[in-house]
Amino acid sequence: MNAPAYNFAYLDEQTKRMIRRAILKAIAIPGYQVPFASREMPMPYGWGTGGVQVTAAILGPRDVLKVIDQGSDDTTNAISIRKFFAKTAGVATTTATGEATVIQTRHRIPETALNENQLLVYQVPIPEPLRFLEPRETETRRMHALAEYGLMHVKLYEDIARFGHIATAYAYPVKVNARYVMDPSPTPKFDNPKMDNCPALQLFGAGREKRIYAIPPYTEVVSLDFEDHPFEPYRFNAPCALCGAEDSYLDEIVTDDQGGRMFVCSDTDYCEGRQAAGHHGSLSAAPYREKAGSHG
Amino acid sequence: MVDQGSANLDTLENDQPLLVAQSLSKSFGRIAACRDVSFALYPGEVLAIVGESGSGKSTLLQMLSGQLAPSGGHVSYRMRDGVTRDLTTLGEAERRFLFRTDWGFVHQDPAQGLRMAVSAGANVGERLMAVGWNHYGRIRETASDWLTRVEIDVARIDDAPRTYSGGMRQRLQIARNLVTEPRLVFMDEPTGGLDVSVQARLLDLVRSLVAELHLAVIIVTHDLAVARLLSHRVMVMKGGRVIETGLTDQVLDDPREPYTQLLVSSILPP
Repeated sequence: MNAPAYNFAYLDEQTKRMIRRAILKAIAIPGYQVPFASREMPMPYGWGTGGVQVTAAILGPRDVLKVIDQGSDDTTNAISIRKFFAKTAGVATTTATGEATVIQTRHRIPETALNENQLLVYQVPIPEPLRFLEPRETETRRMHALAEYGLMHVKLYEDIARFGHIATAYAYPVKVNARYVMDPSPTPKFDNPKMDNCPALQLFGAGREKRIYAIPPYTEVVSLDFEDHPFEPYRFNAPCALCGAEDSYLDEIVTDDQGGRMFVCSDTDYCEGRQAAGHHGSLSAAPYREKAGSHG
Repeated sequence: MVDQGSANLDTLENDQPLLVAQSLSKSFGRIAACRDVSFALYPGEVLAIVGESGSGKSTLLQMLSGQLAPSGGHVSYRMRDGVTRDLTTLGEAERRFLFRTDWGFVHQDPAQGLRMAVSAGANVGERLMAVGWNHYGRIRETASDWLTRVEIDVARIDDAPRTYSGGMRQRLQIARNLVTEPRLVFMDEPTGGLDVSVQARLLDLVRSLVAELHLAVIIVTHDLAVARLLSHRVMVMKGGRVIETGLTDQVLDDPREPYTQLLVSSILPP
């Protein structure tokens, strides 16, 4: 009579086993999209139903969970998912990248380097990188099977023809393990180099599209490009206004209607960690000090 | 003086058929769309398949280009390495590779053969990128070169083909197919739906390209004028069978079968 209302981590054990089988297959074939029987979750599609199912399937009682939404730990989506697992699985949660063992993310990879004991779960809206060029699923599957990826370069060609450079700024296609072309989910292309040779296991879940794919630890991930237009990560040319970081991905925040704006780290945990360590930016509460030796 | 060695090699090349069809048949249930068709096509040769609609022309073309598995018979093709292979024994990867390198396929409706939403340059460049070209500048240069060859203004290289006229689309489709220098091109009613003056320009272009590139062409048409202008040989089909075949002039000027006579006599005198 005292049975808990939910199984550990919400999903029933059979469903978790099914998802784990898909995950194992995905790890065995890096970058290949494995179909799985995606379940209805108590949240709308587009809010991370795929990521949540992957997290539910891999979560153990001793795991420490961190959830990021656009780099931030304190947005609605991140807080809701963190609470969801705190309630249904009773796991510890954290906002510190270094303490987490499982990190579910939407649109960002943490700035702090990941380690071998960590697992990164991406929420993916559209897993098929060829989708907007080839609408037929039968055809895109065949193209993956035969490694016919000329079409992916057609997209990059179009970018250069129209804008003079590769204007794709997020969901920038990558080739995994020199075989499958993969959509890295809508992360900024700034994050693409972090996927290459990463010590952490990276799992991708697309709930609506019912696909799981993976990048095993220490796998080669190459961003596609042209010889004469090589891949370049993009970053606003400014230090973070709060922590002064010059190497992190920045959000642009409009502060008034007079053209005022500030650039701050999109990774809130990274930014707070730097501020706690005494780094300051031009707009942080503590007085701004020029770094010794830097010009004014 | 012609270099004797290469001349010999050339003759040898041209002496062997490029594509051979052996008693090809296709039936859809009880309907026999194509019955017992055999022929050989040599390098640089243009073969027209004529006949009314429903005579099995398009079915035959699909079988020859490996898009449709025949119910009976074989198609063999001499690959670039000189080895003759049966199309049914080719793996899917090999067949698709053949299709975008050594073959071309010009559809009647350009929307089927082109990507209407991407620019003309990318349409022409797609085959190059598919075979591993990875230099934007060179791809674009080759694309503009081909646009010039098919008489499309290079200034329109970044426009999508949906902004093109019917004749331009068809010429773009030809450029897209020829960019990998194929040896064999299939054409399915390439002039259908174009007005007469545009047709004439297109035929002119195709004729000069065929001669210049030494292309072998299998062209399906119901228009005998197209056959006369382009082809060396004609095959007349009726009810799924080839009823008459021979040199174009011979068949069109002196038709033997009653049906061919009817076809020829149904052209309005100029």
